[in-house]
Amino acid sequence: MKRVYVNEQWCLGCHLCEYYCAFANSGLSDMATALKGTRIVPRIHVEGDNSVSFAVSCRHCKDPICMQSCIAGAIYREDGVVRIRKEKCVGCLTCILVCPYGSLTPDETGIAQKCELCLQNGSGAPACVRGCPNRAIVYEEREDAV
Amino acid sequence: MGVELFYPEFEVVRNYDRCIACRVCERQCANEVHSLLESKGIMISDESKCVNCQRCVALCPTRALKIVKSNCTLRENANWQNDTIREIYKQAQSGGILLSSMGNPKPLPVYWDKILINASQVTNPPIDPLREPMETRVFLGKKPERVQRDETGALKCELPPQLELTMPIMFSAMSYGSLSYNAHASLARAAEKLGILYNTGEGGLHEDFLRYGKNTIVQVASGRFGVHEGYLRSGAAIEIKMGQGAKPGIGGHLPGTKIVGDVSRTRMIPEGTDAISPAPHHDIYSIEDLRQLVFSLKEATEYQKPVIVKVAAVHNIAAIASGIARSGADIIAIDGFRGGTGAAPTRIRDNVGIPIELALAAVDQRLRDEGIRNSISLVVGGSIRNASDVVKAIALGADAVYIATAGLIALGCHLCRTCQTGRCNWGIATQRPDLVRRLNPDIGCERLVNLLTAWQHEIMEMMGGMGINSIEALRGNRLMLRGIGLTGKELEILGIAHAGE
Repeated sequence: MKRVYVNEQWCLGCHLCEYYCAFANSGLSDMATALKGTRIVPRIHVEGDNSVSFAVSCRHCKDPICMQSCIAGAIYREDGVVRIRKEKCVGCLTCILVCPYGSLTPDETGIAQKCELCLQNGSGAPACVRGCPNRAIVYEEREDAV
Repeated sequence: MGVELFYPEFEVVRNYDRCIACRVCERQCANEVHSLLESKGIMISDESKCVNCQRCVALCPTRALKIVKSNCTLRENANWQNDTIREIYKQAQSGGILLSSMGNPKPLPVYWDKILINASQVTNPPIDPLREPMETRVFLGKKPERVQRDETGALKCELPPQLELTMPIMFSAMSYGSLSYNAHASLARAAEKLGILYNTGEGGLHEDFLRYGKNTIVQVASGRFGVHEGYLRSGAAIEIKMGQGAKPGIGGHLPGTKIVGDVSRTRMIPEGTDAISPAPHHDIYSIEDLRQLVFSLKEATEYQKPVIVKVAAVHNIAAIASGIARSGADIIAIDGFRGGTGAAPTRIRDNVGIPIELALAAVDQRLRDEGIRNSISLVVGGSIRNASDVVKAIALGADAVYIATAGLIALGCHLCRTCQTGRCNWGIATQRPDLVRRLNPDIGCERLVNLLTAWQHEIMEMMGGMGINSIEALRGNRLMLRGIGLTGKELEILGIAHAGE
């Protein structure tokens, strides 16, 4: 299965992936309209500083601990992609507590959200990958998936 | 600080309807033009620091930015133009020589644009390169004058060392130090993929790039930085740099701030010391001296590698080239006055040297007249901008061309011409690790390969149009060229007829 991977050697810490992510999940067609004056809540986060930085998003684990720990059964796997049924989420945020990668975040309304590889939001392919200016974020098949 | 005597050259125009204050412009500007005004949550800019490299423009996700030339100008004056006055203010303030980067930007004649290429019609059929074979391979080096046989009558097949190129284009000398590691990696990898050569410049060869040796020209310049026996042996050819088109007659100076880490090790000089290349080679004051160095280098490499001598195009270039051809060199490289540089005194860059088109035509003609054209290959550089420039150069008599600025543009250079500051926002002409990282060699190599693959297709199309199916048959074929809007003297030097003749 194709996953989003980050090569920190090429990450510039420009944070564009966060904005492209927020835009892709906004459902709007114009980026300025979608993001102007808002505090974005992206599903990918750039960590680090000017010397080393990297973008963190869901690893889509084969045995996801977030799914195991979800008390509402809102997190499920579909063709390898770990997803959330938002209507089932009760906002206990246990998934955020247990995720070893820090990949989940609360959304604007306080329930959990995570990267779902832009499969359902009209972007088609992960927007962070497409928007990365230095090919630091790639979407590819790898053997060593966790 | 006294009174700022001139208004900034560029203005940053921000469309606040579109700006989402994502701060990518701020994070990506090494000149620190942009910043967030936290109290109001809006982005502001200090355009006095802007060099118009367009990094922020290219990365702004909502296209909220543009950089424009300021229209706040001094009173119009055809003699005392704005730039002239600006330079005087600068020198009055600094007391120093003006520095510039990249090629001569002055509106001097570009002869490539005044030369037109022929095509076949009716009486001689054009060739379709998509359907018929078309050869762009060239070999650089001394060619035998005549067929030679041994005592038994068998053909003598040994040739002097030759460089084989899949197309008549090479990347010209740009040192590791003036360029970043990633820029060098991109050039080396692209040269290998394309089957051409790149050139180390005067910075030595980084050990990581030893494996691209087959595709490397190692340079020996007046500072002799990074030169040792292993270095000479590791390349496919050795280039002696006598001069550079952007700054004929003067040496080089890589400031100590750029001599850090690997650059210092590769150049074999201590960290933080200025790398000063003298104007002359202190052991070369005549063609005979040059011959000594040529043969010292050949001796050191067991006569296995061709030796290139690179000179700037200057007034008596034909005589100089004739001397070089007799010095034992295999290839002569001539760099025209529009050639690029990482830093050169502005006055020299803009006023010294001659156009490569005229130099090339004069040298090719002189070597033919003296019957020594086959004893040396001719490579020209100094602003070869596209495939038609290549075709015109070959038809004027070059065996191959050197490109550099075009390659850097493919890597992302926006020709802001401030390489000398070491703050290249595109990761090309800088040693700052956070900036170097911006050039991913995977992308860089791919773009260079794309560029030259495209040029190769175009060269084949133009050759096919002329009914020529081998680049060898185009070389020196000046009948394929016509001048437009040139004087009788210019046509005479170029050795071509006027359009309509």
